[in-house]
Amino acid sequence: MDKNNLNDLSKDLFVPLESKEDTSEKISRPSRTFMQDARRTLFKNKPAVISIVILIIVILMSIFGPYMNHWGDNDQELARAKMPPRIPVLEKVSWLGVDGTLREEFKGKDVEDATRKAIARFDNAEDFIDIKVLKEGDGSRNSAEVKAIYHIYEAQNMEDTYFWLGSDPLGRDQWTRLWLGTRVSLIIAFVAALLDILIGVTYGGVSAFYGGKVDNIMQRILEILVGIPNLVIILLMMLVLQPGIVSIVIALCITGWVGMARIVRGEVLKIKSQEFVLAARTLGTPNGTIIRKHLLPNISGIIIVNTMFSIPSAVFFEAFLSFIGLGIVPPDASLGSLINSGFANIRLYPYLLVFPAVLLSVIMIAFNILGDGLRDAFDPKMHKK
Amino acid sequence: MARYILRRVGYMIVTLFIIATVSFFLMKLLPGSPLQADDKLSEEQKAIVLEKYGLNDPVPVQYVRYVGGLVQGDLGISFAFDNTPVTKILMDRLGPSALLGFQAMVIGTILGIILGLIAAIFHNGPLDYTSTIIAVLGTSIPSFVFAGLLQYVFAVELGWFPVALWGEFQHTILPTIALAIGPLATAARFTRTEMIEVLGSNFIITARAKGISESGIVFKHGLRNAMIPLITVIGPMAVGLMTGSMVIEQIFAIPGIGEQFVKSVMVNDYPTIMGTTLLYAFGFVVIILIVDLLYGLIDPRIRIAGGKS
Repeated sequence: MDKNNLNDLSKDLFVPLESKEDTSEKISRPSRTFMQDARRTLFKNKPAVISIVILIIVILMSIFGPYMNHWGDNDQELARAKMPPRIPVLEKVSWLGVDGTLREEFKGKDVEDATRKAIARFDNAEDFIDIKVLKEGDGSRNSAEVKAIYHIYEAQNMEDTYFWLGSDPLGRDQWTRLWLGTRVSLIIAFVAALLDILIGVTYGGVSAFYGGKVDNIMQRILEILVGIPNLVIILLMMLVLQPGIVSIVIALCITGWVGMARIVRGEVLKIKSQEFVLAARTLGTPNGTIIRKHLLPNISGIIIVNTMFSIPSAVFFEAFLSFIGLGIVPPDASLGSLINSGFANIRLYPYLLVFPAVLLSVIMIAFNILGDGLRDAFDPKMHKK
Repeated sequence: MARYILRRVGYMIVTLFIIATVSFFLMKLLPGSPLQADDKLSEEQKAIVLEKYGLNDPVPVQYVRYVGGLVQGDLGISFAFDNTPVTKILMDRLGPSALLGFQAMVIGTILGIILGLIAAIFHNGPLDYTSTIIAVLGTSIPSFVFAGLLQYVFAVELGWFPVALWGEFQHTILPTIALAIGPLATAARFTRTEMIEVLGSNFIITARAKGISESGIVFKHGLRNAMIPLITVIGPMAVGLMTGSMVIEQIFAIPGIGEQFVKSVMVNDYPTIMGTTLLYAFGFVVIILIVDLLYGLIDPRIRIAGGKS
């Protein structure tokens, strides 16, 4: 406040500006286009920028992640099933939980009883189990408590083996499968979103641009489609089609484009009646040019925003379908199918559930925040000077 | 208004009829018959069974019979699960699903409104950011991931609740929370935006000028007006709940409709799959209709516009 106190300024600092006809209307700064404004607003939005960075990392990892170690996606070997996570170097830091040990607490009537339970649980490999007594116990039921740390990698003679995120019940490397699953999930989401744009924009655009009878008929069809719940259609399609990536994309697209078509139609109807389109028509611009040069640039913002929200919804539906057993078929993995098999082992091997569940959540959150950011960025009211 | 309701009900019946028809013919396209896994039956016995259930008739005849049954509430007989009529299977399982859905809806909406209200009153404060973060997490994290988290923390690690059991009230707590997070987030986001807008409008300034207490302004003038648009999201919320219930019932082993659906999918029990699909479709359509009608009843502006068109 003090800095801006105008009363402290002496009057001689101010010199009247000579009024000139030709310069008073001059725009001194370069004017920004709408897209530049949008980009500026987006990059000022910190959560959105962080989301972009996270998504880029996830996409890069889904491309290169599976090749970062030597495990293949389907190297089944029951002898090394359900190994806990173990990462070189980081295994020295015990609280990270990636040191290749299984930890569990056991209760018994005394320390001996609890220890016996621990050894029985961990393959009877007594030499590789560290027992820490937590409670001595007084002989009554479950009064004693011990913590057992089982060095399973040593016990299985696999000191040189590293499963970064552990191995699944069939002995496959969870790290490799996690990123392959992410790749499958993302491919489905991107392709489904792309098809949604293609069909939705064309349908909505044609309906609004040509209007009249065409619009009327196309809108009646749309009204019926909107009334049919997409979950029902997706489930029916998944039953009829062979399960797999292509089927999921088709099932998602059959209902997915409807929302886009309605939004695009509304926007085109609004823009098409504006003066600049009328001007272009008067000048004899062909329809194709009007669509390409005048309509598409003006609705691109809303298309991008809508796509950003349809991608996470596709990711969700893919995970949902794979989770209830209608999606990806084994041995292929997707985030949904990994989470599903994680649930089967939630009691003893929670790490099988944690990593895919966290990754799926992070992807969904990042896409949603980015979508919110883009919506603000394409809203002229939010542009700051 | 009566004409509007009639027209909407007409649309609803047409939609349901289309879904029934499409699902019937899709199921007829599917390979396999209910008897293919049964090796114990001789060819003759199979023929008798097929004849008895009318599976030898031409498809159009079967279709007419199916639609006739539908009108009377008969969804056919399950291929698996001891030849029970599908209607009975679904009726037996409606209770748990409805209870869970109702609890989740009520708790989620109420908590969501409170959260959104707090966020709007303390706009741009730390409480606002906290509730916004909760809302973003709630809309983004799939309910089955959240269910897994709850199950691991409260059932496996802490042992406060059974991992998966059904029967008493306390068994419904974890699944209800898992389901309620979606409606909660939606309601919170919506209430916040609406409240901020309403609190900035002229009639609130008038109310302040009249010297009405802050709580009177927020609850009587603000919340009432902010609630009207909230009714529109109840439809999508209920749809989300139905989707979510399918996996949540699976995770917590709840004997509801969703769990039945997944089970039927596993054993290719087409009549049950079709019946469940129709029940879901019916639920969706009815909820959307009720929401639209409610909206017209509550907001007089829409009633007038709707009556004219």
